[in-house]
This record gives sequence, structure tokens and C-alpha cells, in this order.
Amino acid sequence: MFFEITKVDENNPIRFMNYRKLTTWLSIIVAVLSITILSVNKLNWGLDFTGGTLIEVGFSQPANLSELREVLEANEFGDAVVQNYGTQRDVLVRVPPRDEAGSESIGDQLLRLLQSEVDPDMVMRRVEFVGPQVGEELAEAGGLALIVAMICILVYVSFRFEWRLALSAVVGLFQDVLMVLGLFALFQFSVDLTILAALLAVIGYSLNDSIVVADRIRENFRKFRKEDPVSVIDISLSQTLSRTLVTSLTTIMVLVTLLLFGGQMIEGFAIAMLVGVIVGTYSSIFTRSTLVLALGISREDLMPPEVEKEGADQDPVL
Amino acid sequence: MLNRYPLWKNLAIMLIVFFGALYALPNIYGEDYAVQISATRGGEITTQTLDQVERTLRQNNIEPRGLSMADGQILVRLDSDDDQLAARELLVDELGLQYIVALNLAPAMPKWLAAIGGDPLKLGLDLRGGVHFLMEVDMEEALRKMNEQMVTTVRDRLIEERIRYRGVAEDGNDIVIQLRSPEDFQSAVSTLRNEYAGYEMRTEAGTQTIRLAMTEQNLQEIRANAIDQNITILRNRVDELGVAEPLIQRQGQDRIVVELPGVQDTARAKEILGATATLEFRFVDTENSLQDALQGRVPFGSRLFDQRGGGKQLLENRIILTGDHIVNAQSGFDENGRPQVNITLDSAGGRMMSLATRDRIGDPMATVFIEFIATGETLEDGRLDFQRVEEVVNVATIQARLGSGFRITGIGSVQDAQNLSLILRAGALIAPIQIVEERTVGPSLGAENVRAGMTAILAGFVLVLIFMGIYYRKFGLVANLALLTNLVMIVGIMSLIPGATLTMPGMAGILLTVGMAVDANVIIFERIREELKEGRSPQQAIARGYENAFSTIADANITTLITALILFAVGTGSIKGFAVTLAIGIVTSMFTAILGTRAVINLTWGRNKRLTELSI
Repeated sequence: MFFEITKVDENNPIRFMNYRKLTTWLSIIVAVLSITILSVNKLNWGLDFTGGTLIEVGFSQPANLSELREVLEANEFGDAVVQNYGTQRDVLVRVPPRDEAGSESIGDQLLRLLQSEVDPDMVMRRVEFVGPQVGEELAEAGGLALIVAMICILVYVSFRFEWRLALSAVVGLFQDVLMVLGLFALFQFSVDLTILAALLAVIGYSLNDSIVVADRIRENFRKFRKEDPVSVIDISLSQTLSRTLVTSLTTIMVLVTLLLFGGQMIEGFAIAMLVGVIVGTYSSIFTRSTLVLALGISREDLMPPEVEKEGADQDPVL
Repeated sequence: MLNRYPLWKNLAIMLIVFFGALYALPNIYGEDYAVQISATRGGEITTQTLDQVERTLRQNNIEPRGLSMADGQILVRLDSDDDQLAARELLVDELGLQYIVALNLAPAMPKWLAAIGGDPLKLGLDLRGGVHFLMEVDMEEALRKMNEQMVTTVRDRLIEERIRYRGVAEDGNDIVIQLRSPEDFQSAVSTLRNEYAGYEMRTEAGTQTIRLAMTEQNLQEIRANAIDQNITILRNRVDELGVAEPLIQRQGQDRIVVELPGVQDTARAKEILGATATLEFRFVDTENSLQDALQGRVPFGSRLFDQRGGGKQLLENRIILTGDHIVNAQSGFDENGRPQVNITLDSAGGRMMSLATRDRIGDPMATVFIEFIATGETLEDGRLDFQRVEEVVNVATIQARLGSGFRITGIGSVQDAQNLSLILRAGALIAPIQIVEERTVGPSLGAENVRAGMTAILAGFVLVLIFMGIYYRKFGLVANLALLTNLVMIVGIMSLIPGATLTMPGMAGILLTVGMAVDANVIIFERIREELKEGRSPQQAIARGYENAFSTIADANITTLITALILFAVGTGSIKGFAVTLAIGIVTSMFTAILGTRAVINLTWGRNKRLTELSI
């Protein structure tokens, strides 16, 4: 006997598609919510995309943020954002991009200022400066990467499977990315290059899921010739359910350890992936299958192409 | 039915795993504190230098753990970071400006591993600490100066030929000349035709206009030169910083990446990188004797200069020309195929050169390269103290009265000619450069990142191992073995690929592949369970499970590989590191999860004819 997460198989499938109206509405509502949050709250773009200067310093004592702000204000850094980073003693100071020349030395100025006026034993942990031009380019390249990734995947999956499966896979990816971004807008987490990497990894992961399911759907359409498409999809989802759950579980495990132990710099990445993996699991079970049905998939679409015999379409000579 | 792999397949799998493990091995030995010494400005690393280094250290009670010389570098291994810092200071004082003494970490692996090309993982700047600069060459400014130059040159040429013009102006990168009469137009056309390389002449007789259009090739050349010139200068500067493994390379059309591992004082780094170099042409003093001057009787109006590679030269105090009049310098060959350097001056420089050399044909002329080198001291206002270092890099005899274009011949080798033209360009009018991106990570944060990353990887790894062991029992243990092998192989391959560096996101990538690598085994094992439920025999279930799962796993991994490649293409620095580990992890996990587990399962259960149950 096996130790199993689920006790379902083809003879006793879970009727996932019975809930498809409900889950479709759920998806639509959450998507609309995400878009609303994104347009109202806006994303908190990180330094990589906005440009500007950021320093992370470690003080020898827990830092008094309001005192820091006063010092900065008195020295023409009134526009600086000051916040704790990880511990009480670690502080992040971020200054928006400036037009005047010499903006690349703002980081040095800040360090010198804090060292002389606040804490001589302060330690520099990190300095980042991104020129406005570079920020714009990174944002452009990032957006492009997401779009190119989706197009490549659309092409590959259409080529390997069928356009209905490919299209619904990509719509599912779109949903995953939208949810993660919506959540980031809601909590105003900073979106930087590592988040972009996480989004692409989510795309890869979520696609993994939908390919396993799509593969099974194709196989079962050929196998269960008497079942209607809804049942075939239900059976396929049930058969792959334990795999979907086990893989999600192991991935979630490592992501949680990453979130707990990986340190501040990787926190955003871990959160984005964690959300992405959870949404990805949902979308590969519900969103995609629902869409495949709505697009009207049938057995004929998934039959292996018949090998044409040479001359078969011609009348026999004799 | 039995499940067996042919012998060659088992051997091939073992061999691949063996090599993966072999190249991962250097990582467990750790690193020694080291000081790395290399030569610059004509210095040379010889066995004498090696003796000198050893003597200096011994005299000051520093016992090196190891001392070796290879590839023109000396590597001194030391026991502690205190020794390392002390040794560096001693050696800088002892060896002087002709040597670069840099702090470094040297892999402590045994010699045989180094001999087969083993190397530990290279850590990215976010893990080892250091500075990353992205610099942009201001091409607009470089071109603007170039065009201004050209307008003056053309104007002077027309005046010289007594051709009357209405105006000479720049239009984009072209020069537009308006003549006063058809006669002037005709003579201008014949004068300017084929006069300037890199420009194409277009004439318009009706409006008496001549347009000198910059060719695309010339434009590309100017861009390339501006970048090369700045890279050369940056190399010299970086040498001064005493950085062990700097990276300086062109990125895209007009940018340069500079990576300085271990450097934390960015203010100092920027000052040193921004220090200027210049160049002077002077006459060699032939009236007085060099011997007398060397003995302390330096004549009035002259001065002694160091010569690169050793020796001295007595040069006149009067400067003929400074480097900011140099427009270009190219190495090439003369009529007899001997190496030479062609130099182009701006028109003012040409006039000065022409005046100065009129009566001095046959006299030797020296090229002096001047750098400003940080002494390591700080001035009162917090700025660095720079010392002016002058060196004679070339002496040539003036063959004829020189103008705005002249050449230096009689150079020993092609290599020397190239070096001289590089130096001439480095001291020339510089295309301005600006820092557009900086990322500095302090050593404490770097070390913390390594610790955090390792903890996360280990914890995540152990969790997955426990889960798989419980859920899939003995088959789970096989998957765990594959997972472990996978980790070793990722490290081995990353260590082997020269360009691959481990970054913080890269560590996340490794952890993620741990989570995702089990997916292949999950798919296979779930399949085997299904086959068993359908009533197949254990051996058949194993065979069919692997067979049916393969295309699914391949499809799923190829799409992830696509995203990794895209990430690599658009990502910078640490993100590229993530893409690399992800891609390597996908490939190795396919190998270990499909072939590796199958080999183990075949060997363990595949030979048993009476197998009735699987521990899955």
C-alpha cells in the first residue's frame, strides 16, 4: 500500500469541472481586483527601474530613524526614504535620481555624512547607484523578457501539443504573473530585477504543471473514447493531482526555507515565487482546464496525425 | 521481464557522476589568504623578485605558507588576514611603483586538482564583496570635439591655399563648406579631394557647396577608439588599486563594465579611476652629456627623466606639445613593412609642432607619459594625494619638419608599436566618461549572504530529503541519492565553466532546482504507482513508468530551459547567475532523475525475477 496524499483515480475522479463556473468567477474577480490595485496603488518600483541611489548601513547601536531623517534633511537630502532593513541596526536610505552632474557620488556623500554626524563606527553594507537611463533600459529589457518568454512558450507548446492547450497555458501564466504583481502592489513590496527573475521562474514552474496536465489530457482523450471532454479532463486532473500536490509541496518547502533563512536581499524573490507557485497550482488545475473546455477541445484535435500512404488519395490505375 | 541497463550505460553514468564530483572537489578545501604580486610599468617578475619577497617577509617575522611564481605573477600564501595585510604593506614599500601588490584568496586545494584544471566556484560580487561600475563614454562629446577639430583643420587648409570661402560649418558629423566663387569652388574641390581619410566628398556646383560626409566606417572607428582608449586608461588605473582579479570589458555600443572584487572604498576607487594621464613631446638635450647629469651636474634648462624599462634621459625643459593636441594615433607599417605609429594632431598642435621642428631636423625627440598615481596618503580636505609620475616611452629622430600628421618609425616590434599607439591615445584628448551604475557590496554583507544562502540550501534540502523518504519509501531514497548527486554536479559544472559565477540569486536558483528536480522523480514514481494499480507486475510497472513519464518530463524541462535562456539574455550580473544555475540545474536534474535513478533501481530491483512488491 502507498502512502498517498489523495485517494483518487480514473474510476473515482474528483469532478473538478463541476466547479468551473465558480472558479471562473473567482479568477475573474481576483483578476479585476489585481488590476484595480495595480492601477490605484501602483507598483513600488525598485531602484533597478527608477534609478537613484540606495545605501545600506549597519550601525553599532539600534538606529534612531527620526534623528537620521533630521540629519539628512539638514543636508539637502530631504527627499530620502529611510527605513530599517532586517534588524534594528541596519538601515536603508534611498534617494531618488537627480538631474545634476555628480549624482554618482551621492552614495559616498551619504556614507560620509552618516559616519561623521551619526555613528563613526558605522559599517557600509551596500551602495547601489543606477542612472536614470540605465533604469529605463532595465525596465524595458525586463518587460520585453516577460513578453518574449510567453511568446516562445506559446510557440513551443502549440508546436508540441495544440493551439487550444497552448493558448490556455499562456492565459494561465498571465494570471499567475498578474496575481503576483497585484499582491506586490497591495503590500507595496519593492519590485526589482530579482522579482523579474522570480516571475520568469514562476512562468517556468507553472508551465511545468500545465504541461504535465496537458500531456495527460491528450493521452486520455485517446484512451477513453467513450467519455465526454468534461469527464476526460476530470480524470486527467485526478490522475495528476497527487503529482501536482507533491511537487508544489516540495517547492513550497524550499521556498519557505529560502524566505526564513535566505536573508533580506532574497526576501522579495521568495515571496514572489511562493505566491506564484500557489497561484500556479490553482491555475493549472482550474483556469487552464476550464479554458480548454471553453475553447471547445475535442478528441479529433488531439488524435495523432494519420500517416498518409503514398498514392492513397488517387484512384487505382487498374 | 527484467530491468537492466547495458554495462556501457552504467559505466557512462558512473563516469559522468565521477567527473562531476571530481570538479566539485576543489570547493571543500577552502581558501588561503594570499598576496599576489605582478609587474607594471616595465617592472619584471624574476626569481630575484621572488627572493626579495621572501627575504622581506622573513625579516619581518612573517612566515609564508607557500610561495610560488607562475604566469609572471608571484603568489604568497599566508596563515591569517593579519599577516596578509601586514605582508601587503611591507611589500608595497619594498617593491615600489613597478609592481602591483594585491590582496587575494588562493584556493587551498592539492596540486593534482589544480593540474587537472580544477578550480573552486567563483563567487559573484554580492557574495564576496566588491564594486561593480558601469561606465558610459560620452560619444556625443567625443564626436563634437572631433568635428570642431575638423572644421578648424579644413579652414586652415583653405586659408593656406588662399581659397576664399563663405563659411565652414558642421552639420551633424559632416563638414559643409560654402565657397565664394565658381573658381574658388573648383580649386577647393581639387585641394580637398582625397585629402581626409574617413570622409567622402560630395559637391554641388550650383550652390558652390562642398560636403565632407563622415563615412560609417570612420564613425565606427571613432567610437571603437573612444572605448579602447578609456579601457586602456582604466586598466592602468585599476592596476594601481591593487585588485587581484579585476574585470574590465566593453558592454554594448558605448559602455564599459568594471568589476573590482574586494574593493570597498568606492570613493577612493572612483578618484583613482578618474585620475587623468597626459603626454608631452620634448627634445632630448644633445648639447650636454647624460653622463655628467647622472653624476649630479644637471645643466640649466634641462632635467633628468626616467625611461620605461630602466635608464634615464636628459630632456629639455621646454615642452613642444602636450597630449591634448593629439587627435589619433594608430600603429601600422611603413613602406618597408616595418612597424610604425601614425600620429594626427589638431591644427593648433600641427602649427606648434611645425614651428618647433623647423630648425631641429636630425635631433631626437622624446615622448613622455605622465600619470597621476595615488600615494595612499590623504590630504587635509579628505581628497587623495596624487603623485606625478613621468616616464620616457619613446625617443625618435626628427627626419623632416613635422606637421599635423607625422609618424614615429624605427620601432622594434609590432607589439611595441601597438603599445606606443595605445599610450599615445591614453594621453590624448579623452572622450569623457561617466559612471551610470554602481553596485557595491561590503564584505560583511557578502559573508552574511553566503551564510544565509548556505543555510537556506541545507535546510530546504534536508526537508525535501525527509519528505521524499517518507512519501516514496525506498524509491524515495533513490530519488534522494539523485538529488544529492544533482547538487554535486551543479557545483562541479559551475566550477568547471570559466564564466559561471555563483551569486545570491544563483543560490536561490540552486535551491529551486532542488525543489523542482524531485518533480521528475515524482512524475515517474506516480506513474509507476498507477501502473501497479492497473495490475501490472512490478518490473513492468518500472519500465512503463519511466517510458511514459519521459516525454512529459522533457517537455516540462525544455520550457523552463527557454525561460532560463531568456533570463540569461536580458539579465545583468547577479540575475545572469540565477539563469546559469537554473539552466545547469535543469540539465543535471534530467540526467540524475531519469538516468541516474533508473540505473540504481535497475541494479537494486531490476534483476529480481520474483519481485512481487515495490517499496514506493
